[in-house]
Amino acid sequence: MSESAFEPVIIGFTCNWCSYRAADLAGTSRIKYPPNVRLIRVMCSGRIDPTFVLKALADGADGVMIAGCHPGECHYLEQNYKALRRHRLLQRTLAQFGIEPERVRLTWASAAEGARFAEEVGAMVDEVKKLGPLNWPTRPVPQSEAAAEVAP
Amino acid sequence: MSKPRFAMYWAAACGGCEIAVLNIDEKVLELDAHFDVAFWPAAMDVKYKDVEAMEDQSILVTLFNGSIRTDENEHLARLLRRKSKLLVAFGSCANEGCIPGLANLSPREQIFERAYTSPSTENPDRIRPQPACQVAEGTLTLPPLQPVVRTLDQVVEVDYHVPGCPPESHQIAAVLDVLIAVVKGEAQLPPKGAVLGAGNSTVCDECPRKRDVKRIDKLARIQELPPLATDVCLLEQGLMCAGPATRSGCNSRCPNVGAPCIGCYGAAPDVLDQGARLMTAIASVVEAQEPEDIDRVLDGLPDPAGTFYRFGLAHSLLRANRAALAEKP
Ligand code: SF4
Repeated sequence: MSESAFEPVIIGFTCNWCSYRAADLAGTSRIKYPPNVRLIRVMCSGRIDPTFVLKALADGADGVMIAGCHPGECHYLEQNYKALRRHRLLQRTLAQFGIEPERVRLTWASAAEGARFAEEVGAMVDEVKKLGPLNWPTRPVPQSEAAAEVAP
Repeated sequence: MSKPRFAMYWAAACGGCEIAVLNIDEKVLELDAHFDVAFWPAAMDVKYKDVEAMEDQSILVTLFNGSIRTDENEHLARLLRRKSKLLVAFGSCANEGCIPGLANLSPREQIFERAYTSPSTENPDRIRPQPACQVAEGTLTLPPLQPVVRTLDQVVEVDYHVPGCPPESHQIAAVLDVLIAVVKGEAQLPPKGAVLGAGNSTVCDECPRKRDVKRIDKLARIQELPPLATDVCLLEQGLMCAGPATRSGCNSRCPNVGAPCIGCYGAAPDVLDQGARLMTAIASVVEAQEPEDIDRVLDGLPDPAGTFYRFGLAHSLLRANRAALAEKP
């Protein structure tokens, strides 16, 4: 796969109260951002267990974005600080696995920040494109690729 | 009537599982009373070729301890799978990779470099073990190291899991009682895939220490901390403890005597990744909100991957360092 043709798969965890609404706003305001991110809505960024991130990376994602409400604005008071602490701890651990920090991004976006959300996605896609595919070696091989590998 | 056959084997392991089995004291005589020991390198001399000559499925139960690190380990895993009706992953190495699995954080070259040329090793000629070596008597061979450590169930199908590093003797005795009852026709086999000889909760659940603040503002090693209270949760006192993510079954043996749980019973039930669950738990209780303050607390954990995945690395979601995983056999 040449670098220009590489379209990363990014799993984006967004929270119900801020960042998912920001994504929604980006959509209704027709703000363009790259289609590489697959959004999953959760109630709060504090719900993101590092397990979710590791599973995404192990199963074929090239990066993971976690988006929550701005510090101090969490719907559940301070769970986004929990997300911040988990992110910092996870980054330290991932470094030992040889995974670049740019692949797991934590960001904040309020429900009014559709443009900011779109920018963050764009910036992350650019960074992961530069890094290239993660292709975690134990990932399940998608059907299409598996077929291509057996074909002569 | 001839007795059913029993086998026990060690792959990449320390030998502690074997000692743990012997620690069941006179109970081991019951093992002998109900089984014919067909193969058990730690206890008797039977050659691999004798096992190869056995009929398939002719061993009723094999306790397999140790992880799969070398070609020889893999060969024996496959061989014993074929020869045994029931294959039990016995101990942490066979189940999660355990301490040998920590080598998965480094590609093989680094492992060799560290083991044979680090300052603590006297080896001026930088000699390294080779897969084959000529001597006057002929060729000597050593089984090559595979790129990463794997668990038994990553190599062959496993019927039961007995966790622990090593499994507690009272738990081994309980598992043996089940096997003997099955042999006598007094009990049914547990469902395939069951975890035997362990609890269904976390070590914290069994731990008698009080925990009420659930907040920590520091993490440090035991020698850096003031004397610890004997009845308060160790984690709350700043000592990294794996109790929240680790399966119960040991009666919280380590925290009982003032040492933190290090996670040897593997992931708690329904936990996909022991290390990730520990990260969740630790990050939740750290009392800091600003990135610099958070980092100051986390600096107290200089080796996070090695701490969170001390036992579970080979069986974790990522399994190993990327460079090690990508190596060709
Ligand atoms: S964290 Fe450790 S010391 Fe604290 S309750 Fe759990 S097992 Fe006991």
